Amino acid sequence: MPGMIEIEVKDLNFYYSGSLRALNKINLSVHKSAVTALIGPSGCGKTTLLRCFNRLHDLYPKNRYEGEILFQGENILSGVTDLINLRSRIGMVFQKPTPFPMSIFDNIAYGLKLRGIKKRSDLSERVERALKHAALWDEAKDKLNASAYDLSGGQQQRLVIARALAVNPEVLLFDEPTSALDPISAAKIEELMEMLKKEITIIIVTHNMQQAARISDYTALMYLGELIEFGDTDTIFVNPQNKLTEEYITGRFG
Amino acid sequence: MTREQMRKIESGIALTLSTLAAFVGLFWLFFILGDVLVHGMKALNPGLFINDPAPPGVEGGGLRNAFVGQLLITLCATLMGVPVGVLGGTFIAEYARGRKIARIISVLSDIMVSVPSIVIGTFIYAILVKPVGHFNGWSGAVALAIIMIPVVLRTTEDMLSLVSWTLREAAFALGAPYYKVIMQVVYRGAATGILTGILLSIARVAGETAPLLFTSFNNAFFTLNMKQPMSSLTVTIFQYAMGPYDNWHTQAWAAAFVITIFILLVTILGRLIIRWRYR
Repeated sequence: MPGMIEIEVKDLNFYYSGSLRALNKINLSVHKSAVTALIGPSGCGKTTLLRCFNRLHDLYPKNRYEGEILFQGENILSGVTDLINLRSRIGMVFQKPTPFPMSIFDNIAYGLKLRGIKKRSDLSERVERALKHAALWDEAKDKLNASAYDLSGGQQQRLVIARALAVNPEVLLFDEPTSALDPISAAKIEELMEMLKKEITIIIVTHNMQQAARISDYTALMYLGELIEFGDTDTIFVNPQNKLTEEYITGRFG
Repeated sequence: MTREQMRKIESGIALTLSTLAAFVGLFWLFFILGDVLVHGMKALNPGLFINDPAPPGVEGGGLRNAFVGQLLITLCATLMGVPVGVLGGTFIAEYARGRKIARIISVLSDIMVSVPSIVIGTFIYAILVKPVGHFNGWSGAVALAIIMIPVVLRTTEDMLSLVSWTLREAAFALGAPYYKVIMQVVYRGAATGILTGILLSIARVAGETAPLLFTSFNNAFFTLNMKQPMSSLTVTIFQYAMGPYDNWHTQAWAAAFVITIFILLVTILGRLIIRWRYR
């Protein structure tokens, strides 16, 4: 139900290896079953923030977090968080489509197999459900055993979304999911997000202001690693409180 | 003379010289290949593959022992060298990526690739032949494996680093542990490249003579016992070509023909795989 807080970011600082501070005292509430857009000029830290939510930064040594990110009340930055479990609950879709070098079926089944689902009938059923969920079933049902690389860019992106959906995540992170796609494919992805937000909390990084205005319920503007303004999208776009926000969304900087 | 004419003349000279150089190289290559083919074809007969050598000076006999020995030694070398090479390459491209140890291993491998193979042969002689007291097949296989390792390791490293990082991140983002990301996603993406590297390394060691001279040496009799001295095509070519008998020379040509064709086929297979992958 909208209004509930799914993720709460409290005084988050983030440092890339060495001492470079990329995020500075971020405070942000992500609402459940809504779309939150992170906007801002290149290098402002929006992708960096996004990758904190599934702790993807942990792949690279010497990256450091400070502060708290509460996911359903639990601090996921604490040492005890099981990353494998966290990443199955918070999925991610990248800018460029990232199908694995295997068949369409195996791509979707990958996350399921990681979770110990091995029975062929279970897999088939859940692969079908995920593909339908991502509006790819009609295009892919006849070539489930074909290589995922045979799909077009837009289809690949929906495949990747289906792969993330297959494991029933509670949150999906989108990192500029449509910037590598043609307008029609991009529109399909936006439509899909609109549908998904009923059940899943979505956080999206985008450079496309119209996209943020169209699909998001809440918008956060970031600049130089700081959160400048956060609020519901209508307020941010129609009646921004901060001068920087106004200048950014009217295209005067960025 | 204008500058433009000057440039055209310079360009013409450069073109002529480089074309000439290419033809000089190709001439010798085809000369050698053609010689081996012509002499080898004449010497080929079924008896070569099913008979063991006749006593010196006696006509007839074959090289069954050398064919089987060569296959056995190369196979064992592959079974030892490939896993070490692939796992080593995985270590430096994945687990030790960006660390000093990865660069050190990488550079050492490059040095290893250019170490003369006879040095590796004498080294294995010291540790696996001298203590045992006699030449043996295993030592030959180990010597060839050591030559293979750096080749396979470097190819694996290069192929793995060609797999994009986003692909790994995508697998991590689904909650996969690192070893599963490597085994199920990265290896799949790099499979053809690694396979090609393995094939080319087999082609490389199949033609080695020097490391076998000091290790498996030769055996006039057929054996499958790797603890005994073992015959191989390359060492046989060396000995028969230097020997006093005409039929030895003929058989050396035949052996040279077979090993050349084998290496040629393996190399072509490797190339085909590359082309098939990147079509």
